[in-house]
Amino acid sequence: MEQEPILEVDNLHTHFFTKSGVVKAVDGVSFSVKPGETLGIVGESGSGKSITAMSIMRLIKDPPGKIVEGGLTFKGEDLLAKSEKEMRSIRGDRISMIFQDPMTSLNPVFTVEKQMVETIRAHRNVSKKQAIDRAVELLELVGIPSPRSRLKSYPHEFSGGMRQRVMIALALSCDPEVLIADEPTTALDVTIQAQILELLGRLQKELGMAIVMITHDLGVVAEVCDRVMVMYAGKPVEFAEVTELFDHPKHPYTWGLIGSIPNMENRQERLEAIKGLPPDLRALPEGCSFAPRCKHAMDKCQSKDPDFKEESAGHQVRCLLYEEEEVAVK
Amino acid sequence: MLNYIIRRLVMIIPVLLGVSIIAFSLLHMIPGDPARSMLGNKANEAQLEQLREELRLNDPYLVQYGRFVTSTLQGDLGKSVKSNNPVGEELKNRLPATMELSLFAIFIATVVGVLAGVIAAVKQYSWFDNLSMTGALFGVSIPIFWLGLMMIMLFSVTLQWLPPSGRLSTGVELDTITNFYILDSILTLNWTAFKDSVTHLLMPGIALGTIPMAIIARMTRSSMLEVLNQDYIRTANAKGLASYLVVFQHALKNAFLPVLTVIGLQFGFLLGGAVLTETIFSWPGVGRYVLQAILGRDYPVVQSTILVVAVMFVFINLLTDILYKYIDPRIRFD
Ligand code: SF4
Repeated sequence: MEQEPILEVDNLHTHFFTKSGVVKAVDGVSFSVKPGETLGIVGESGSGKSITAMSIMRLIKDPPGKIVEGGLTFKGEDLLAKSEKEMRSIRGDRISMIFQDPMTSLNPVFTVEKQMVETIRAHRNVSKKQAIDRAVELLELVGIPSPRSRLKSYPHEFSGGMRQRVMIALALSCDPEVLIADEPTTALDVTIQAQILELLGRLQKELGMAIVMITHDLGVVAEVCDRVMVMYAGKPVEFAEVTELFDHPKHPYTWGLIGSIPNMENRQERLEAIKGLPPDLRALPEGCSFAPRCKHAMDKCQSKDPDFKEESAGHQVRCLLYEEEEVAVK
Repeated sequence: MLNYIIRRLVMIIPVLLGVSIIAFSLLHMIPGDPARSMLGNKANEAQLEQLREELRLNDPYLVQYGRFVTSTLQGDLGKSVKSNNPVGEELKNRLPATMELSLFAIFIATVVGVLAGVIAAVKQYSWFDNLSMTGALFGVSIPIFWLGLMMIMLFSVTLQWLPPSGRLSTGVELDTITNFYILDSILTLNWTAFKDSVTHLLMPGIALGTIPMAIIARMTRSSMLEVLNQDYIRTANAKGLASYLVVFQHALKNAFLPVLTVIGLQFGFLLGGAVLTETIFSWPGVGRYVLQAILGRDYPVVQSTILVVAVMFVFINLLTDILYKYIDPRIRFD
């Protein structure tokens, strides 16, 4: 039976109202995730992928940020209609999040025990002892040796990889139904990266949660994701199943990203990096926002902003090349 | 931890030696004859010689210094040249008076300053932020004697709510044990004296606490602003913690570290520098004592008092460092 999506993001617009203008950080993002599924959101820094995540958590600082348009639905409930108090009971419980840098994401002046126990007790009516037992169980689950004694340690007493495991344990405290992972492996070295991804995959299988994996690294996407959304300048530019995306990438930006996956022999070497910088989100070009960096840009790309539309079953793309094709076919 | 404290105590020894040398040399750094500068121009040679004999100023410096150190270590702080009263006796009453005043001042300054700083940071650019930070700007630049006089005029003269001077009203009895009047009145269950000493403490305490309060508020605000942008605050929010926990536990415990240093320093200054406040409110503390001694060129008093205050300063610093270690587990002392 086809499962209902657990989280739906519909035409989300998150803008920041700054002195120097309106930054359209997220500008029309839609996707949905089903239980047990992993959705990847890929893009450079500044593409709006992290802001999308923070918007789902309703953690955008207002002012200057605001969700100006769109819908967020979690298990049929409208997240945008929730009060701050209701949101707080969802965060860390039903939807939780892990972050890029485990070094800075855990509070340095509290023990791991304190940070885990307070999370568990914020959402569950349990005694401190029960919460500690749960924390031990969680640390065990994420593969931290001698968890009971490690609870007394402070974050700086763990290695980077172990710290990210603690962070994952923290996020799993209350058996979340959706886990948002914002660049969870970026700050780690390669072997540790692989271990963390493997751990996330295993946990997902065991616990059945949906994962939204935010990354700039298509290598990570290839490893763990089922479907992928590629974002550029606040907008989705391509959306497809992961095999489809790698086999038949359609958007020139995706071509660039795939070209720039470091190969296994020499991970530092970028084969075909995308030249240029992401555009200034306060002053987007009139036509396609990728046009200044696109090798395939045509005249009309400067003036016409392409629509995001389905090119083949389940594969959407935002590029005028495909309108061109239609014309050519005719 | 214990190791650390012991090591710090050992490290204090050279500091104390240095302080004692400075305090000692004070007498000999004044140009001319110390005996004459103490007794003034009208003194005759016989009186001068008598004072020199008494203070043994004719001995070699090293011998004098050795005597200064040994007698201080034995608890003998010398005698006032003017009143012949032993300095130790005087300080026994005055030191608690100053400590009580300073503790009260730093307590008020910390509570109000930290609270204002936290709220100002959380509600950055709000009316509260603007108001409290403008207030803090006034606070650091306000002359204490002016503030003190205004308070006396308003609360003692016009409204007659608070007594203008001293530590206890005449007629109020109190059996002293520690010479901290508030503590003593609690220990002896003397509520009349308790109320009376608190009302005496309020105005000088607030006047003395104004500058530290302003400094603490500004420090707390900027430190909180920095901490609130940290990743672990985002994590705390993403965990679904109540916002008061995020602000007062997760953020404040980190933001408090630089504030703690400021509090320690300010407290040290208060102990040594309550001169103005003590003078305006006729507070029988160390500040006024040492001021009178300086004006009266009563050098033995100045020497010993400086030494005592400096020692306290050093210990407050030690206490600050220990608290620091207690708050921030990342600090390693080995
Ligand atoms: S629309 Fe034009 S500029 Fe934009 S990606 Fe397609 S080809 Fe390149």
